[in-house]
Amino acid sequence: MKIGVVVFPGSNCDRDCFFAGALAGHEMRFLWHQERDLHNVDCVILPGGFSYGDYLRAGAIARFSPIIEEVIAHARRGGLVLGICNGFQVLLEAGLLPGAMLPNKSLKFVSKPVHLRVENTSTPFTRLFDRGTVIRLPIAHGLGNFYADKDTLDRLEGEGRVVFRYCDRNGNPDEAHNPNGSLNNIAGICNEEGNVLGMMPHPERASEEILGGTDGLVIFRSLLS
Amino acid sequence: MEWRASVKVQLKKGILDPQGKAIEGGLRRLGYKAISKVSCGKLLDITLTADSEAEARRLIDEACRRLLANPVMEDYEIEVSRA
Repeated sequence: MKIGVVVFPGSNCDRDCFFAGALAGHEMRFLWHQERDLHNVDCVILPGGFSYGDYLRAGAIARFSPIIEEVIAHARRGGLVLGICNGFQVLLEAGLLPGAMLPNKSLKFVSKPVHLRVENTSTPFTRLFDRGTVIRLPIAHGLGNFYADKDTLDRLEGEGRVVFRYCDRNGNPDEAHNPNGSLNNIAGICNEEGNVLGMMPHPERASEEILGGTDGLVIFRSLLS
Repeated sequence: MEWRASVKVQLKKGILDPQGKAIEGGLRRLGYKAISKVSCGKLLDITLTADSEAEARRLIDEACRRLLANPVMEDYEIEVSRA
């Protein structure tokens, strides 16, 4: 698959995403945020980092980049979009996914590996997982406290659009293993059609054993099948 | 005409405000027992040109909806005066 990784001023996981995607066998390229051409990629990755320094709100300024208009059009046509960490925040600001990110409940930047339960395996990003599988990926964010009003939250849950949930090593999504205060321990959600996924954990940082695991590579490999 | 707009952006009521809570805790530790609640927001000071106050307000309100506030979690208040 052809995958484009968007580069904003302040992106810092763009090269990691490029590396992990190439490792999984994809044809990778970078897309500069001032471009208006997606160069016929099948999937767009919005990587982690601090686009525009997180000024005003995380993702708020990046959302008005020229490339994002094209990403929105691509998503509406059914094209694949994966937003990781800051990329998830951009998707929320752009309205491609519902909800918003508040500061972590602890007010601390949290950087550590966490366990996640895979709740939805019918998205193109998660099809190689078994439903309910517990995986381990790193998180690294200060603004990852997912919030949505009750109606939106009920709809996400009712439609099976919560894709990843923070949990303990046995898959129990309890308060003790919620690293940021997210409602319902939500770590990742998709849109109604399943072609847009936003997630706070970093799959690209778990793509080789030397990095501490390969659970993240499964997401990139899922896109191949 | 030049106008000055002051935009106050605050988290909606009922949304967890960890920054407000931390400031509240700090004030309590300093001994301000009379202080019971603090919420933390943003103040944006904007200078603009518009033909009337209503026009200035309309423009700022649109900017709030499009960028300055996130309607999912924030409310905003606008005050406009002559610059």
